[in-house]
Amino acid sequence: MAVKRKQTWQFKNDIYLSSTGTATGPKEAQGPLSSYFDQSYDDLYCGEDSWELAERRLMEDAVMACLKKANQAASSVDLYLAGDLLNQIVTANFSAKKLQIPYLGMFGACSTSMETLAVGAALVDAGFIDRAIAAVSSHNATAERQFRNPTEYGGPKPPTSESTVTGAGAGLISREASPVKITEATIGKVFDWGIKDANDMGSAMAPAAADTIASHLTQTGREVSDYDLILTGDLSSVGTPILKELLYERGYDISSVHQDCGLMVYRPDQKVFAGGSGCACSAVVTYGYIVDELTRGNLQRVLVVATGSLHSPTMVQQKEALPTIAHGVVLEAAGGGES
Amino acid sequence: MAVKLNNPADYKQNIKPYQPKPKVFRNCIRAFWTGGLICAFGQLIANFYVTFFDFTETTAGNPTTATLILIASLLTGFGVYDKIGQFAGAGSLVPVTGFANSITSAALEHKSEGLVLGVATNLFKLAGAVIVFGVVAAYVVGLIRLLFKALIT
Amino acid sequence: MEYLLAFIVGGLICVIGQILLDVFKLTPAHVVVSFVVAGAVLDGFGLYDRLIEFAGAGATVPITSFGHSLLHGAMNETEQSGVLGLAIGIFQLTAAGISSAILFGFIVAVIFKPKG
Repeated sequence: MAVKRKQTWQFKNDIYLSSTGTATGPKEAQGPLSSYFDQSYDDLYCGEDSWELAERRLMEDAVMACLKKANQAASSVDLYLAGDLLNQIVTANFSAKKLQIPYLGMFGACSTSMETLAVGAALVDAGFIDRAIAAVSSHNATAERQFRNPTEYGGPKPPTSESTVTGAGAGLISREASPVKITEATIGKVFDWGIKDANDMGSAMAPAAADTIASHLTQTGREVSDYDLILTGDLSSVGTPILKELLYERGYDISSVHQDCGLMVYRPDQKVFAGGSGCACSAVVTYGYIVDELTRGNLQRVLVVATGSLHSPTMVQQKEALPTIAHGVVLEAAGGGES
Repeated sequence: MAVKLNNPADYKQNIKPYQPKPKVFRNCIRAFWTGGLICAFGQLIANFYVTFFDFTETTAGNPTTATLILIASLLTGFGVYDKIGQFAGAGSLVPVTGFANSITSAALEHKSEGLVLGVATNLFKLAGAVIVFGVVAAYVVGLIRLLFKALIT
Repeated sequence: MEYLLAFIVGGLICVIGQILLDVFKLTPAHVVVSFVVAGAVLDGFGLYDRLIEFAGAGATVPITSFGHSLLHGAMNETEQSGVLGLAIGIFQLTAAGISSAILFGFIVAVIFKPKG
């Protein structure tokens, strides 16, 4: 029986992130983590005719890279858990159609990466399935045109805006030993502290992230110092200091171990306003860079907290506040891979 | 006494110090010279039409507007206008070029949905508000003016 | 001289827009809508014509002149047709602007592809 402490799941068996795959667009390929991505494209169309097809291409590339590195075929995977930002999560739906793996579509906005990873790990741990793939994608242009404005529109954006990452990340979850273990997950609750500005998601998501991190630490009985890294998805330069203050007030000082994927995936001079966001933000950084660091043993225990804003453009125009959520997953170095 | 952030009711107020302030002065300077430049350029075009064609100073307004709209549409098509817009702010938004950009960018964006349901249907996605409010305002002001006239005479 | 006036007046109108964006935190859509309504209202008081005389393109290029033209065309027609003239004349002066925006927007959308 897996141990359950309120919203924190501690997996009983050794669950491994057996393999990962990442694919990105041009801006990410010019960023500091470019060498950690399996595939990158020179332009946002990724060789396709529309932005939506480009996002699908990225998702398929990430999953195929993940399978290839694990020497597995799609037919050997029991469950496909996937999501993206688009209406009806169509990118995930179409990729599932292509892969022909039993499919559960999931939506957590930019927190979907850890949401899918947590649920996949739990199902493997419970013994219902042997192998699952958790995958997410996002695309700057598809997100822009669905949530905000046409991509060629000249209206200025405020400095709190975030820039959606164009990319996709996929992880293969199984009990087959590998250098990276998935040990725990903390499922978040939805928060609404009154932020109505969809151009300021960092501020809106910080309370959700703070609660998930605090709950995780309380429910596992650990200290901040037990982690080499507490990584948030896309709080950006606006939400990060707010998060640190929120946790500091609760007695947790994370400043020495905290980083944010949205600030890692781009360089400061890449004109991304407050930082990166989107499902792929946490996914490509975690499945690319973090997994590499864990494999090399540079990191031992990482808490990845993907943050998402669960709003819709209509609801924002109706002057509702942004409902936000954060899901956390603990990744640990398995130490050599053989247990 | 330090303000506590962990207070949902006052959160929005309390995080104000954490939010980046727009560089108002710098943005106003940029808006000033880019907007002014577009208007001066418009003056140049108007004079061109007066000199080389059969337009007067008043009637030159029409072809001038059309010319600026053409230029803005092309710049939008070339993918340049959005970059200008981020730099110039109100300087590219307020002139009629901003209006053209809002129409062209919306039309361009929805090309993937076809000419009728995509391009044509979405043409006024952003610009519709301007036309609607402009017309409604003109009606209201016009009616008030007529009412005044009728009351006075 | 007229170029300088056009530059300064046009620039100042844009600065007002920038202040609405940065200080009053209006969205771009709200800013242009406010301006077009302001143009109609100013023309209602007969003030916008004077601004056009003074600043030329500095007053005709900003979107405020669109509001001015809508009202102006409507009022012109009321001289002939009374109240109904409002409806008949409203698009008279703005026809060139709107139709060319539609036409060029359509053509550009047919030829080009968005670059993101």
